Amino acid sequence: MKYSLVVDGKSVTVDAEPAMPLLYALRSDLGLNNPKFGCGRAQCGACTVHVDGAPTRSCVTPVSTVAGKKITTLAGLGTPERPHPLQTAYIEEQVPQCGYCINGWMMTAAALLRDTPKPTDAQIRTALAGLKCRCGTHMAIMRAVKRAARTTA
Amino acid sequence: MSPLKISRREFLQAAGALIITVGVPGAVTTALSQILGSNAGAKPPLLPDQLDSWIAVLPDGSVTAYFGKTDMGQGIDVAIGQIVAEELDVAFEKVTVVLGDTALTCNQGGASGSTGIQLGGVALRNAAAEARRLLIERGAQHLKVPVEQLTVENGVVMVPGYALQKVSYGELIGGQYFQTKLEWNKQYGNPLAVKGKATPKKPSEYKIVGKSLRQAIVADKVYGKLKYVSDMKVEGMLHARVIRPPNAGCGPLAVDESSIKHIPGARVVREKDMIAVVAEREWNAVRAAEALKVTYAPACQPFPPMEKLHAHIRQAKVIGGETPIKKGDVDAALKTAQRVIEAEYEWPLQSHSSMGPACAVADVRADQATLLTGSQKPHYGRNGMAKLIGMAPEKIHASWIPGPGSYGRNDAGDAAMDAALISKLTGRPVRLQYMRHDATAWDPKGPAAVYRARAGLDAQGNVVAYDFFGKGFSRQDVVQTENDPKDSLAGQMTGYAPKGNILFQTPSEKYDFANKRCGWECVAPLLERASPLRTGHFRDPLGAETHFASESFIDELAHATATDPVAFRLKYLNDARHAAVIKAAAEKAGWSARTYPNPNRGKGDIMNGRGFSYTERNGTIVAVVAEVEIDRASGRVWAKRFTVAHDCGLIINPKGLEIVIEGNVVQAASRTLFEEVRFNADQVTSVDWATYPILDIADAPEKIDIVLINRPEIAPSGGGEPSTRTVPAAIANAIFDATGIRLRRVPLTRERMKEALARA
Repeated sequence: MKYSLVVDGKSVTVDAEPAMPLLYALRSDLGLNNPKFGCGRAQCGACTVHVDGAPTRSCVTPVSTVAGKKITTLAGLGTPERPHPLQTAYIEEQVPQCGYCINGWMMTAAALLRDTPKPTDAQIRTALAGLKCRCGTHMAIMRAVKRAARTTA
Repeated sequence: MSPLKISRREFLQAAGALIITVGVPGAVTTALSQILGSNAGAKPPLLPDQLDSWIAVLPDGSVTAYFGKTDMGQGIDVAIGQIVAEELDVAFEKVTVVLGDTALTCNQGGASGSTGIQLGGVALRNAAAEARRLLIERGAQHLKVPVEQLTVENGVVMVPGYALQKVSYGELIGGQYFQTKLEWNKQYGNPLAVKGKATPKKPSEYKIVGKSLRQAIVADKVYGKLKYVSDMKVEGMLHARVIRPPNAGCGPLAVDESSIKHIPGARVVREKDMIAVVAEREWNAVRAAEALKVTYAPACQPFPPMEKLHAHIRQAKVIGGETPIKKGDVDAALKTAQRVIEAEYEWPLQSHSSMGPACAVADVRADQATLLTGSQKPHYGRNGMAKLIGMAPEKIHASWIPGPGSYGRNDAGDAAMDAALISKLTGRPVRLQYMRHDATAWDPKGPAAVYRARAGLDAQGNVVAYDFFGKGFSRQDVVQTENDPKDSLAGQMTGYAPKGNILFQTPSEKYDFANKRCGWECVAPLLERASPLRTGHFRDPLGAETHFASESFIDELAHATATDPVAFRLKYLNDARHAAVIKAAAEKAGWSARTYPNPNRGKGDIMNGRGFSYTERNGTIVAVVAEVEIDRASGRVWAKRFTVAHDCGLIINPKGLEIVIEGNVVQAASRTLFEEVRFNADQVTSVDWATYPILDIADAPEKIDIVLINRPEIAPSGGGEPSTRTVPAAIANAIFDATGIRLRRVPLTRERMKEALARA
């Protein structure tokens, strides 16, 4: 089956069986490496992308269910030339260690800051609950999200 | 491509791409020659006694340093770059550090034992100092000025006060090899040491070492640009998945290949008990792994019931042990003691559970091979792969590419060997990635252990005897180096007999008890061959386990003698440096001397407590104050605040060190409060994040205060692990302060806390 998607602003077509998760379409067919395979069970967040603005675990999202939708990956969030405030804050705070988990944390936090520009600590923790980071960078993540919130007008 | 502007990562990726498409181990060296320029001449052999194996100066004066270790994300390459820039007197930005590539770096042992700076950095410092000495010599000849009159600023040799009397490193040697020998101790791995004739700088002269410089690679990660090992693509490669037996110890009897014939391009690859599926498309390999029907030998129940694991360890036959600490006559002192305090502690099996399942890319050709691995030890991995596929190590190029986190001998070592074997069997380049259950259930585990501690007190409450014994699985049932197929699942499933080392741990502290004895005993693995519960190195191997017990027990002694826990520790320490670390943590945390329990623990639903712990690891001293909140109703323990004092001698990069310590503290809190590998008689039932929970951000501390004690006069020791071992007991001791309940069995889960509160 052929599916048309808009990924990071570009219209693309993927030829895949309907049940194939979006993650494999992004990585195998579109060559977008940043969403990662972490668990394949929607438990960790390493594969998170935005689907029409909503943080979504692409490892369990059949490609057939996102046909025609707008997908944003971490690379589509911002660029070194036009960074998202979270990307700037992540660099300032030197958040990632291995960095394999950051799609989940950054894409989820980006949606939080869009909807709640000045979140409390408790709101940040609630929004990011369930995401995994094995290197234990949680303290730096909290600092970075708060920094991004401060620098977002 | 301009060879002068290529970054380390671009270069490595270009080199990686080159080697994959061309498939010739010499290609990386060729690429290097292109970068260095056509006048470079023949590169001396890649041996530690060649300066050119460590340092290259490019025509534009920028410097490449070759480091035979790897970075797991904690930024060791930044510290190494600082050390090299410092000794050479060049700007930090001009130094590129190449990591863990067998064609470009000498085997310095990979990421191992927090020795990156402590041992690995010494070789680079000495090499860089020697390079500077030689460059000044060349500068003296060029400028016709005696060496003594020259200085170096920013890679330019100059005569102070004479603006025109100068020559740059690039002009002096750019693009050429030094062709100079170093003294080498003839060892490889962590102990590798080299030095030249130069004397490195004194710490008082440092301008770059000691600065909080950043990791450039962080930006690549944050913009989604970094290519991890799992992002590597090779022309013509197959995607592979392994098939592990559902019941441990039960090999396959029959494989029904027709069960995957409906999946395009999918096929079975098998050698003896090792089974994999491959496909051109990754999703098809995943589907095939799920669909494949295999008949296995009947379940044989190699494991004891999980709740009896520690009973098993207590009863199990001892296969080896040592009593390395013996002072005075402990048995006699215990007999005459007024009181004897005793306690036992238990630690479970734990999984590395790295963020992503391991991935490796291997390309085995007729007479040469390539390995791309996220493993901590690419040089050793190359050697293990050589034995497994029957090829000389020199014909294999192994390159370290960042992976999904690693804290010891995780599943990356197995993935490399699996990929190599599958590539050999298919004759195609292979990208193997594990599924989550392969990673969590089948990675080598942090050992489970029981500890027995006894102390004798005299009439005045002085400790007159201290007796501490650990018993458990070896930390090297799987030897960490990856040097031999026997230490991999692929090896063991294809006939290599496992043979681990017998190694455990005793507490590392400096308590000066009059009579003291510390020892250990190891028990055999639960299943000899291809066991999902084989044990190996997990961050600070047996450090968290052992010091949870020893520092909990010290706290029990403080309580038994009605002494403030900080005062108790200081009473028995005669080492000023150790005492200073303890005092620094107590002072920063606002510790006030008192005995247990906390008079302000709280009468409502939330109880508060504070706990102290102190340890040493290979020269690094750490003290931790933990403050906890306990919810009486749910039993939830929130390790809310930590104060850490850390002395690792000279500090290379303070901010970088703080971030590494934070990671240690959070990960160790996770291991203490949440982590336990679950299993039944036949299989590991911890297969994902739901069945192997780790710390969630809801449980992350509110604050971690860190006091870094910089001792420029003392050579740097490690920072990658030492704070891990200090955390577990600090939490347990804080729980006691809050509740009067001593939890002696990790993990300190809310269920166990709730049950203990109900009993109290």
